[in-house]
Amino acid sequence: MCLGIPMKVIKIEGSEGVVESGGLKRKADLSLMKDIRTGDYVLLHAGFAIEKIKPAEAKKTLKILREI
Amino acid sequence: MRYVDEFRDSRLIDKVARKIHRSADHSRAYNFMDVCGTHTMNIFRFGLRAVLPENINLISGPGCPVCVTANDFLDKAIAISRMPGVMIATFGDMFRVPGSYSSLEKEKARGAAIKTVYSTIDALDMARRYPSKEIVFLGVGFETTVPTVGASILKARKKGIKNYSVLCAHKTMPGALIAIVNDREVAVDGFLLPGHVSAIIGKAPYEFLSKTYKKMCVIAGFEPLDILESILMLISQKRPDVEIEYSRVISARGNAAARSVINKVFAPCDAEWRGIGMIKNSGLKIRNDFREFDAERKFRPKIGRVREDKNCLCGDVLKGVKKPTECKLFGRACTPEHAVGSCMVSSEGTCAAYYRYRAKDAGLRV
Repeated sequence: MCLGIPMKVIKIEGSEGVVESGGLKRKADLSLMKDIRTGDYVLLHAGFAIEKIKPAEAKKTLKILREI
Repeated sequence: MRYVDEFRDSRLIDKVARKIHRSADHSRAYNFMDVCGTHTMNIFRFGLRAVLPENINLISGPGCPVCVTANDFLDKAIAISRMPGVMIATFGDMFRVPGSYSSLEKEKARGAAIKTVYSTIDALDMARRYPSKEIVFLGVGFETTVPTVGASILKARKKGIKNYSVLCAHKTMPGALIAIVNDREVAVDGFLLPGHVSAIIGKAPYEFLSKTYKKMCVIAGFEPLDILESILMLISQKRPDVEIEYSRVISARGNAAARSVINKVFAPCDAEWRGIGMIKNSGLKIRNDFREFDAERKFRPKIGRVREDKNCLCGDVLKGVKKPTECKLFGRACTPEHAVGSCMVSSEGTCAAYYRYRAKDAGLRV
């Protein structure tokens, strides 16, 4: 039930926005987030962005795995 | 980067799996609990047991909120759904879970107004569209979901929406983990901790697991590479610690804005977990300040004697004491189409995962 889907923020209007993934667009409530900008990736859970995804950390994880 | 496919790279999966085989101490057994229902499902979906050494045993835990919801909650929801002018809004997973005498699905077939929604925002929209109806949202879920329900209550107050309320059975994860580590029947060396609960609560609430109970812990993401990397981190811990594998999402402090929504609307309370029983301070109730949004106080549902099927082993499955295949109902009287227990009906339930993927994993220590 705690499913979260990484989606890209493409529009922000106040505490609401539009997010996109694989061509699928949907409305997202951004009221639980601070400092969100268009272009950011967020984790969408039950219609709400619950956390921002950090690209540098993702790259770091993949780098560690490649070097194993 | 899309943050999905990159973490499903089969060559990297092979590489990490081989590293796990090289790093594991083959003279001992590792019992790791994957706490979250999404972890349980993805371990099956991606066939991860097949690439792990024989001595790493993955045990599913109590992290499916639908599965741990006690029957009295469903009985109350059903009692409210029978009241005139009420429309129930619920996440789809709750729809087919059997209560003591009926289910929401059966009530809908008999004419009750029950709608499945994706978000509390959809439930609030229902309240705006049907001003003469009372919309009751079934509040089930852990810390990941609670802020979204809290936000809907705050929004309802701000917009003056009076025909919206929540029947609340929210639970908090650390409380259940205390019950697990204190249960002598459960032998767990370490935990794959739930990534999305941790997005909200951060790292600190789990530290008792490593400090007091000497359990190895890793906060894990949900893609196959996340799960394997987390297992590698668990077997590599020199001394018990809480580490974060899912660092692209989780910060040690969690999401303070989401937590402040939780604290504003909800207060801790004791909660009944299916199969585990009452756990102190492991639930959340709606604060007095927001009582007009508390469906239990608004409708005062009366229910009959709460009962459960005596042969159903959901409780032991949720604690990780029994495997679904040890239940005599599994696959016979209890299937996803005709479920007896909640663990079979929820899409993230352990029994549902075993049932759905049993052919794929046949012969593999299921």
